[in-house]
Amino acid sequence: MTEIGMDLVQKMYTQVFSIRRFEQVAIENYRLGNIRGYYHPYLGEEGIAVGVISALKPDDYITSTHRGHGHCIAKGHDPKRMFAEVFGKATGYCQGLGGSMHISSRALNNLGANGIVAGGIPIATGAAMGIKQKGTNQVVVCFFSDGASNNGTFHEGLNIAAVFKLPVVYVLENNQYAVSTPIAHSALCADLAERAASYCMPGYSSEGNDAVEVYEMMQEPLERARVGGGPSLVEFKTYRHAGHHVNDPGAYMPQDVLAYWKTKDPVDLLKKRLLDMGVTQAEIEAINAQVEQEMEAGVEFALQSPQLSWADFERQFVEP
Amino acid sequence: MTKIKYRDALRLALKEEMERDPLVFCMGEGIGERGGSYKVTDGLYKQFGAGRVIDTPIAEATFVGMAYGAGMVGARPVIEVLFIDFTLLTLDQVINQAAKYYTMSGGQGNAPMVVRTQGGAGNGLAGQHSQSLEALFYHIPGLKVVMPSTPYDAKGLLKSSIREGAPVMFIEHKLLYMTEGEVPEEEYLIPLGKADIKRQGTDVTLVTYSYMTLKCMEAAQKLEEQGISAEVVDLRTLSPLDKETILKSVEKTSRLVIVHEAVKRGGVGGDIAAMVMEEGFDYLDAPILRVAGKNTVVPYNLELEKNCVPTVEEITQTVHTVMGR
Repeated sequence: MTEIGMDLVQKMYTQVFSIRRFEQVAIENYRLGNIRGYYHPYLGEEGIAVGVISALKPDDYITSTHRGHGHCIAKGHDPKRMFAEVFGKATGYCQGLGGSMHISSRALNNLGANGIVAGGIPIATGAAMGIKQKGTNQVVVCFFSDGASNNGTFHEGLNIAAVFKLPVVYVLENNQYAVSTPIAHSALCADLAERAASYCMPGYSSEGNDAVEVYEMMQEPLERARVGGGPSLVEFKTYRHAGHHVNDPGAYMPQDVLAYWKTKDPVDLLKKRLLDMGVTQAEIEAINAQVEQEMEAGVEFALQSPQLSWADFERQFVEP
Repeated sequence: MTKIKYRDALRLALKEEMERDPLVFCMGEGIGERGGSYKVTDGLYKQFGAGRVIDTPIAEATFVGMAYGAGMVGARPVIEVLFIDFTLLTLDQVINQAAKYYTMSGGQGNAPMVVRTQGGAGNGLAGQHSQSLEALFYHIPGLKVVMPSTPYDAKGLLKSSIREGAPVMFIEHKLLYMTEGEVPEEEYLIPLGKADIKRQGTDVTLVTYSYMTLKCMEAAQKLEEQGISAEVVDLRTLSPLDKETILKSVEKTSRLVIVHEAVKRGGVGGDIAAMVMEEGFDYLDAPILRVAGKNTVVPYNLELEKNCVPTVEEITQTVHTVMGR
């Protein structure tokens, strides 16, 4: 087991808090009209992205989902360029052409968020096949949801990955709703990771709100993938702090269940760990202040950034 | 020059590209030791091994999506989808994923991937194994669509498609695999987006592609005997479309007949006709006519099947109509 030192926990806290604030600031800007379309916040699920990606090497790959801002921040994306992207500006990661559901970065080995539920499973599986062809020891993490685990590509992809022993770890973020349909209404397994047995691959299931626990849980499957032992399915249970997207009040989410999961708020859990490790409240405040500053600077950057002109768009992206 | 079969030309292209670039690999159903249903990959398994000529489970949506993922990390996948009918299982990965990446990522890059597949009627395979579905892919910005008609074109275009660095739908025709043609010994490439005038003529232009090129050549021969000089433009690539060659030919002949096997409704021919009206109306001395597949499901019965796809007689008759004689 990798030693989990103060630096790592501090880094995880900074990331979890950055995701939290990024989403909250983005929602404010959505209300102000600076962000359009669908925006799916990662609020409440931050522990998974941060725990999983902290366990990766920088040149490992991820595929993300429509609820992907957390994965981006954990993978090292600059909030400035993320804000610019969701504001639709030319300085965004995708020149403002992808928006919230499609942030990707070739430089950071983020193969992309995805507007199609389960759409990333074949892509991640193929990236792992590509890695095998290249002969590097990189690993792919495929983020997807409980909803995606009911899609056909889940079965196809996990089966193929198992057959070819591909270097991929399937990370199932079980936030317990497919939009508004509770997972219990669409799958009978208490732990969706049980499905791993169908593909003769290891399955793991636990709660995912504590980034440190997530990080620890990822060590074994990542190591297995890296040394040619094949894929694993790792399920992390969590709960959204709000509805499916910013305009969904989430009325179907029982208040007592939400209250229970808020007692396991990923930000609070890491803050407690830091305090237990001897970090002072003042030091935490300092991290928070730095994050706030970064978010403000990000919004300012996005507001000041130009949009891609029609002429530039046409030149690059319109076929004759 | 040696005379080889269309399927052998494709195999040579794969072999040469796999020898040139160790990151080129093939995946598909039964393409390994068995050599593929149409024997295109025959022998490649022996030369390159199971690691690069990969038999997949029957999971089209995923193994086509895998090509996109593998291309994104730097590999050069060539995927075989046994029948174009089965590509319908892969449309999310082809259309929503691979075709979108270049633009949706703001031009950060593209995904090199070739999906080889084959379509067309003629083998008594009925409705789910005989379709010509190229219009679906032609409709989608972000995809290249290649449909060669000769062994020479097949080899040069497949090699170029593998090097293209973007998603390419490479659509073969089941009746072409056993056809023969001259292919040079030395290496050559044919760029995507360039039509080929397979026969020069002055009275009427026949724009066509894939297997129908052979029918048009036969029709042109008959027409010559009847005193009509037909020019046969083989598009070779539907997307990008070589508008220039089409328009130049129509400028020369003033008459256009478009021939394809796919059903007429919503076919590529309608789009080409509209393009010529928009950009070459003044060249025309007669209405543009189309000879295309009937708007129906390809039937199993041999005689009925024959009637569903354009015949040489239909082509010559249609040319007589546009010639007014």
